[in-house]
Amino acid sequence: MVTIAVDRVRRAAGEVTDPEIPVLTIDDLGILRDVRIDGSDHVDVDISPTYSGCPALETIQADVAQRVRDAGYENVTVNVVLSPPWTTDWMSDAGRRKLREYGIAPPRSRGADMRLLQLAVECPVCGAAHTNEVAHFASTPCQALRRCGSCSEPFQHFKEH
Amino acid sequence: MTAVAVDPAAVYTLRHADDCLVLSHRLAQWSSRAPSLEEDVALTNIALDLLGQARALYTRTSELDGTGRSEDAHAFQRDERDFVNCLLVEQENGDFAVTVARQLLFSTYQLETWRALGGSTDRQVAAIAAKAVKEVTYHLDHATQWTLRLGDGTAESHERMRAALEQLWPYTAELFETDAVTDDVVARGVAGDPQRLRAAWDSSVDQVLREATLERPSTSWTPTGGRRGLHTECFGYMLAEMQHLHRAHPGARW
Repeated sequence: MVTIAVDRVRRAAGEVTDPEIPVLTIDDLGILRDVRIDGSDHVDVDISPTYSGCPALETIQADVAQRVRDAGYENVTVNVVLSPPWTTDWMSDAGRRKLREYGIAPPRSRGADMRLLQLAVECPVCGAAHTNEVAHFASTPCQALRRCGSCSEPFQHFKEH
Repeated sequence: MTAVAVDPAAVYTLRHADDCLVLSHRLAQWSSRAPSLEEDVALTNIALDLLGQARALYTRTSELDGTGRSEDAHAFQRDERDFVNCLLVEQENGDFAVTVARQLLFSTYQLETWRALGGSTDRQVAAIAAKAVKEVTYHLDHATQWTLRLGDGTAESHERMRAALEQLWPYTAELFETDAVTDDVVARGVAGDPQRLRAAWDSSVDQVLREATLERPSTSWTPTGGRRGLHTECFGYMLAEMQHLHRAHPGARW
């Protein structure tokens, strides 16, 4: 029973979207780390920040708490867990696909040796592999600004982190 | 000193928290004033990373010293002499070359410091450092790319970068100083020995300068005092601006 309840709360919490990139849920991002329910129905949710100063974190905390209350659990604590540090490798395949469709190049995957598995950052508009970085940072700390060498469109790239 | 910090580890984390906060504010001062929109965004994003690191370290400081002081109280309700950041981070932005030089010198130091703290016996500090090391690696890359472009650029950009390094170099000696606080945290395995960071810092900075066709400045003047609350003149003005709103409206929230 407890497992079913935890799964239900976890699904509800996982549906919270990132206020900066609203096509992604926190489950897609891989920042929802754990959900626990104790004997007196107190819920603990652990989430990890993408970056130390991520301004979306407080909004996400509040949204998660609200979702858990909506699921029938009044007492909820949303903990911020730093260790182990979040990495883009925890982003789901669904999350990567949604990002591409949204016009943001997803982070490249890394193998066990931390090498990037695929060298080119592909243009999310035309799919060309020939793109260049224009700036190290973009509208959020987790993105960089690039331009496509083929269709010339500028686009954002969710950086490997 | 109004800061009640019995545990030297609390003083140590406060020093690094203040470094992060003060540099974060300096970089934020570039907002809407950077040479290009991309740089405006880059510098303020770096500022945001540093602010996040400062918040985590202030929280840890308050746990270690037992005061429970809030992040806002640390940032806005302490006076100049209570801040224990190094002098380098409080130096004025100057032209873009000065800001790039400050980023290069400090990010290199911060990266080595976080790497060492990743193995800290204080698990919370180790977690903060492991998170921060990824961010600062990127800050250093940003500073390195600009040092190369300015140093190995035009005669004008080279001269500005040379002058910037000469202006800031004296403040780097303080980064590697040891005292009773560092002796204690090093002995307990909370932090790495600042003097041992020096070799890695030297070789990393020297390599970038060489590639950027810049020379390592030679100076015998080594100002110090930041870690004891003794600051350069510009810091008081920065703090007054930074704290004004919070002090004018105590308890105000967004």
